[in-house]
Amino acid sequence: MKVGVAVTSAAEALFSNPMRSLLTMLGIIIGVASVMVMMSIGEGAKAQIEAQISSVGTNVLSMQPGSMNRGGRNQGGGSARPFNEADVSAIAEQPYVESVTGTLSGQGVNAVSEETNWVTSIQGATAEYFEVNNWPAVEGREFTQQEVQGGAAVALLGKTTATSLFPSGDAVGQRIRVNGVPIEIIGILEAKGQSGGGGMGRDRDDMILAPLSMVRNRITGGNRWVSRHVSNIQVLVQDGYDVMEAQDELATLMRERRRVEPGAQDNFSVINFADMIKQRAAVAENMSMLLAFTAAVSLIVGGVGVMNIMLVSVTERTREIGLRMAIGARGADILLQFLVEAVVLCTLGGLIGMAIGWGGVYAYAQIAQAPMLVSPVIVATALGAAASVGLIFGFFPARRAAQLDPIQALRYD
Amino acid sequence: MTGTRPLISCRGLTKVYRMGDQEVRALDGVDLDIHEGEFVAIMGPSGSGKSSLMNLIGALDRPTSGEMWINGRALSEMSRDELADLRNETLGFVFQQFNLLARQDAFQNVRLPLRYARKEAGDIDARAKECLELVGLGTRMDHRPMQLSGGQQQRVAIARALSNRPRILLADEPTGALDTKTTAEIMHLMQELNRQGITIVVITHETEVAGYAKRQIHFRDGKIEIDTAHTDLKRASGDH
Ligand SMILES: Nc1ncnc2c1ncn2[C@@H]1O[C@H](COP(=O)(O)OP(=O)(O)OP(=O)(O)O)[C@@H](O)[C@H]1O
Ligand SMILES: [Mg+2]
Repeated sequence: MKVGVAVTSAAEALFSNPMRSLLTMLGIIIGVASVMVMMSIGEGAKAQIEAQISSVGTNVLSMQPGSMNRGGRNQGGGSARPFNEADVSAIAEQPYVESVTGTLSGQGVNAVSEETNWVTSIQGATAEYFEVNNWPAVEGREFTQQEVQGGAAVALLGKTTATSLFPSGDAVGQRIRVNGVPIEIIGILEAKGQSGGGGMGRDRDDMILAPLSMVRNRITGGNRWVSRHVSNIQVLVQDGYDVMEAQDELATLMRERRRVEPGAQDNFSVINFADMIKQRAAVAENMSMLLAFTAAVSLIVGGVGVMNIMLVSVTERTREIGLRMAIGARGADILLQFLVEAVVLCTLGGLIGMAIGWGGVYAYAQIAQAPMLVSPVIVATALGAAASVGLIFGFFPARRAAQLDPIQALRYD
Repeated sequence: MTGTRPLISCRGLTKVYRMGDQEVRALDGVDLDIHEGEFVAIMGPSGSGKSSLMNLIGALDRPTSGEMWINGRALSEMSRDELADLRNETLGFVFQQFNLLARQDAFQNVRLPLRYARKEAGDIDARAKECLELVGLGTRMDHRPMQLSGGQQQRVAIARALSNRPRILLADEPTGALDTKTTAEIMHLMQELNRQGITIVVITHETEVAGYAKRQIHFRDGKIEIDTAHTDLKRASGDH
């Protein structure tokens, strides 16, 4: 086969009627643009979930009072009996536990610095909090076991809270008042970003972290029925221990401790973060599959359009094909010429589609504030898909051209 | 010339076109030999089968029955690709309607058979230029068919037919669309090519055009009516 002739003939045909070429490419352009956008959204979601997995850790169990309905939402969390520090100590004894922390949170607290004030939330926790949540201080220091026991009036700030309270800089070493209680800032927590995607998540960096007892005694207040109560317990499961198994054992322990009758519903719920993330990953995966399917359909529709125009083109150029055969072109030469034409058409459409898709990805990332990834793999996939469509849908018209009878083609008008 | 193997040979060549239940015998058992170096004009009334014969000789079409040989090879035994190569290497076509590619200039049109050539074609640009100069269009190489006169277009077509150094040049009414003066120019060119050793078969309606050839064959109803080669022979034998 003579590749050179095929390429020049194809280019000539395409540029002799640019408007038609462009219209033919339209389907491919749309198809490739959507492939780009969809894969980028998918990759972005995957990357976000991976980031969450590494920020939370896949072996953390979180427990709160109140039963869980099927949607995974906590029911009546406020009315259910809270846990207490004895529960935390009992859990710490369990063989599958690496580390455990009990927390207590207060919403809508008013924090006042020398510069300004800021409404935020406060989280009371034990010193294990940093380890369990894989959430270290990036400035200053973490609070200690002694400070937790002694109810020291110290705190760490989330990144957002720190910059809100101290816009002009250094927060560590400063004093703030939280609901009137003077507290010394000893550190800043690492930035965690939004929880949940789509710009709708809660800013996890907008909070104050302080010793559990201090928060209970001086800010949120105690519970009427449960002394030394905590509202949430987070458990870091030991490496090598199955998290699901640990979840079951933890539930059994808590049923005993909270005297839940056999057969009765748990009055607490254990959330497995890894599980949740996996579920979300599965949803994202299904979503990308659906989007990929849509993209594939539009590419196929585009391909059919290309095939249609190529058939028209073969018919229009029947005499030309006959002439080429008369001067010695083999069937394979003609086949290649039209195949190259279809592939060039689709690849060109693919490039235009990619440019548009790129714009779409950028716009989406701006509007939805969601991370989107345009990787070389996506670019290669989109272009490869376009070229393949050309190859597949160009083949039938090209073969029809190649199989023409020389004399009939030459006489055609 | 007798005794040497003919370059083109037909035996019992028949072409039947079927249109519905109607049958047209375009060629009816034609026997014909053309030797290397001949210049043959084929004449005859419209519909007598001239073009049908030319298309068979040109390996563009297959006969209904009968056999033909080019340079000793039976065409019925050749594959599509082999026929394509034969057209490319051994045959050159000139058509009444020129059949140039409108989007390509003269040079590109002439170069096309060279680009399809499977055997080493050498410097194809130089060869294309040479062929255009041979037909007197060395200065019009970058003209597109639209920018050339009919006679010039036909010269480009001849240059294209010559580019692969064919042994046979086939022309179906090459001057049919040209005026008398241009016709004479084209036919002189053909004579010159024939002098250089190319075998030429040309179909024409005009006796003046046929006069440029060394041998005239008249067709009627798909059969050879008069072949000057044979009448010459008969006359020669009668003289004995
Ligand atoms: N493709 C075809 N299908 C049906 N009949 C055909 C076809 N080609 C030629 N014929 C018929 O075959 C006969 C011979 O045609 P051909 O073209 O060989 O004649 P010709 O001698 O070249 O005529 P002209 O001088 O008009 O070109 C005619 O009767 C014609 O109608
Ligand atoms: Mg004819």
